[in-house]
Amino acid sequence: MIPILGLAAGVLLGLLFDPTVPLWLQPYLPIAVVAALDAVFGGFRARLDGIFDAKVFVISFVSNVVVAALIVFLGDQLGVGAQLSTAVVVVLGIRIFGNAAAIRRHVFRA
Amino acid sequence: MTDAERPDAPAPADGADAGAPPGDPTATATARRRGRDPLAAALIGVLTLLLGFALAVQVRNADEAQMLAGAREEDLVRILDELDGREDRLRSQLADQRAALRELTGSDSRTATALQEARRRAEALGTLNGTLPAQGPGLTLTVRDPSDEVGVSDIIDIVQELRGAGAETMQVDGVRIGLSSAVTGQPGRLRVDGTPLRAPYEFVVLGEPQNMETAMFIPGGIVQSIERVGGTVEIAQSPALVVDALRPLDRPQYAAPDTGD
Repeated sequence: MIPILGLAAGVLLGLLFDPTVPLWLQPYLPIAVVAALDAVFGGFRARLDGIFDAKVFVISFVSNVVVAALIVFLGDQLGVGAQLSTAVVVVLGIRIFGNAAAIRRHVFRA
Repeated sequence: MTDAERPDAPAPADGADAGAPPGDPTATATARRRGRDPLAAALIGVLTLLLGFALAVQVRNADEAQMLAGAREEDLVRILDELDGREDRLRSQLADQRAALRELTGSDSRTATALQEARRRAEALGTLNGTLPAQGPGLTLTVRDPSDEVGVSDIIDIVQELRGAGAETMQVDGVRIGLSSAVTGQPGRLRVDGTPLRAPYEFVVLGEPQNMETAMFIPGGIVQSIERVGGTVEIAQSPALVVDALRPLDRPQYAAPDTGD
């Protein structure tokens, strides 16, 4: 319940304040969002599996975001930022797909 | 896709082990503990709140940045046309503003001439009025009055006679004489504009020296009338004198300049 409320409140706040993303954050924000989405989907799946642990969720959420941002940062430093961003998005997207499939099996039994 | 659909596909997700590792005997205990830890709940709330916020912001941001990338060809052509038209309008505006700038620069030089003229007039008036120091040829006129007989009217006569002879500005004992200067007091304790004078009275006068000296010596003139009351007058011409005593400028209390329109 809390995560859904938090998400809804965050979206509302974001739409309400509509802040400008600072320039230095612009390459990292989309990657961080995708990484966090991956953690949320994973958490949801774990909850359906009955093995959800708040500590693991929090740590995986934060570490996902930090690692994704670090990879993009490293890519920027190496001059392959765009490619590494794509790589991160692809990997995270595959994982989100996997988690979504597991959630679907739980929900629809199919 | 098929891989993801296989039920036993090894989930590569941290998200999957966002719970305890599978097969962990404490998994059920952990699951029971869930919801009881307010700190964890708060952290989850904050994290998801941040995620929602970032999501909304990023979506908004991407909207603006990628609106053109997703637009169709016709739309792009239309946008390009609009931009071209806007560029034309802006260019014509630019030309107008340039013309206005040239015009203003031209009138600026005329204004500068007028300003210079006004400054010259202000200097001349300041010299006459006693608000600016002045220098030039002239004469010094020293009135000795050993018997304290030189009075207000004698001083005024000297000033008037000097002015009549072309004096442009003058000072007496360090007091500038202006249009409204007043001489008051008794012989021996004379005051000009309230400032006491001490004999000998020394006038420093700027103007044509020869004319003024001549005017002083005419029969029945200043020199004779001063000598009649027992004083003496010494006059010395000089090519360069300085009149540096200043009068404060009175600010009119009732009269204001007419704007003239």
